[in-house]
Amino acid sequence: MIYGYAWDTSSPLAYAVSILPILAIGLVVTLKAAVSGFVVALVLGLIWYLLRRTRIRAVAWSTALLVEFIRDTPLLVQLFFLYYVLPDYGVVLPALVTGVLALGLQYSAYTAEVYRGGFGAVPRGQWEAAIALNLSRYRIYRDIVIPQAVPRIMPAMGNYAVSMLKETPVLSVVTVLDMLNLANMIGDRTFEYLIPLSLVGVIFPIMTTLCSVGIHLLERILPRDGIALR
Amino acid sequence: MTGPLIEFRDVGKRFDRLTVLDRFCFTVQQGEKVSLIGPSGSGKSTVLRILMTLEPFQEGTLTLGGISYHQPHGRGPFKASERHLREVRRNVGMVFQSFNLFPHMTALRNIVEAPMAVLGLGREEAESRALELLRLVGLLDKKDHFPAQLSGGQQQRVAIARAMAMRPRVLLFDEPTSALDPELVGEVLGVIRMLAHEHDLTMLLVTHEMRFAREISDRVCFFDSGQIVEQGSPDRIFAEPAHPRTRAFLKSVLAESRTA
Repeated sequence: MIYGYAWDTSSPLAYAVSILPILAIGLVVTLKAAVSGFVVALVLGLIWYLLRRTRIRAVAWSTALLVEFIRDTPLLVQLFFLYYVLPDYGVVLPALVTGVLALGLQYSAYTAEVYRGGFGAVPRGQWEAAIALNLSRYRIYRDIVIPQAVPRIMPAMGNYAVSMLKETPVLSVVTVLDMLNLANMIGDRTFEYLIPLSLVGVIFPIMTTLCSVGIHLLERILPRDGIALR
Repeated sequence: MTGPLIEFRDVGKRFDRLTVLDRFCFTVQQGEKVSLIGPSGSGKSTVLRILMTLEPFQEGTLTLGGISYHQPHGRGPFKASERHLREVRRNVGMVFQSFNLFPHMTALRNIVEAPMAVLGLGREEAESRALELLRLVGLLDKKDHFPAQLSGGQQQRVAIARAMAMRPRVLLFDEPTSALDPELVGEVLGVIRMLAHEHDLTMLLVTHEMRFAREISDRVCFFDSGQIVEQGSPDRIFAEPAHPRTRAFLKSVLAESRTA
């Protein structure tokens, strides 16, 4: 019994049905980790992007180095580091928070590149027209650049969202009770791994497909020329 | 007589090692309509882009309406604060070769954006002024169209209305008809011609439309290799160019337009 749900191993179907509620609880954790991790990645990535294009060379270069370092180290190493090393320095974070930070940090290296591509794809002429109209930096970003960059950023960001969702089971190694971890625990106790692991294997494609469909819908709604302003 | 509205004094402009303008001097009086002609790469567009603060310059001084582009302790490529540059830009508007309308905004929104954001006009006032401008350029019925739904000529007319909405003292035209299909050139020139009748508006026009330059300008400047080789009234420049390079250029351009 886990979370008050007992399993019934009398038949494969009954077994599957009886453990679904447990996996559902794990799924919520998985989604929490993926969504918050993605938000962290979006925000951090934007910060990296902005720091990298400041006029202050030292800041730009050290940011570039840091981002490269983050991208070139495996997620698992970062995860272990945050979870096992930080407490030695007095930083004790809950497993899920550690996992979200590690996921977000790793993916921020990718989203920073997406921002660069998306903002860079807004033609020079748009900047020049905006400057010629004497718009402030803030208004240029708010009204001209961001509305045109978002549709260019969306597809790549969507891909990373999906791939991040798929990577959340890694968090089970630092004791996060996500769907995979729970399925494993059920198997450990029943000595029947096939059904719980297969269920996890089926639920993930369903989730990622839903996610992809949602992103495609968003892309369809957003006009290619930018978020329309009237 | 007051001083010139625009004054380039010994302005030097380099792109890396390529010198585009060297000790360049040029003055324009308020209300003057000046055409800049010459072969491509001769620096005429650079003059407009420097005036619009799109390109920094390295030497000399430039003043517009009594305001210098450089500040005593200014920083950045223009050696001026962003605030100072915005002060300079208040006087200048620009129409680009490739229109550069904002593709995600309707024609009307393209025009009201800056007056609302920069001049602080309310939506109602900005729109009524914009509609007046759209009527002037003959596109009142296109106010809710997005740029992609407009022809090149229509887009450029909206772009001219957009620049005019900021009520600039100086309007810069950087080859405004070069990107247009031949049959659309006329409608854009028509709008520019109409603006040329505005007495107080100072216009600088970079163009390859020689006949048009001759028709609307008070003065024509022939550029070659970053220098004004020759300047004067359009009738004199076109009818009896003094400099051999002006003669050669006009001959080649006119021959081209005859065969076209």
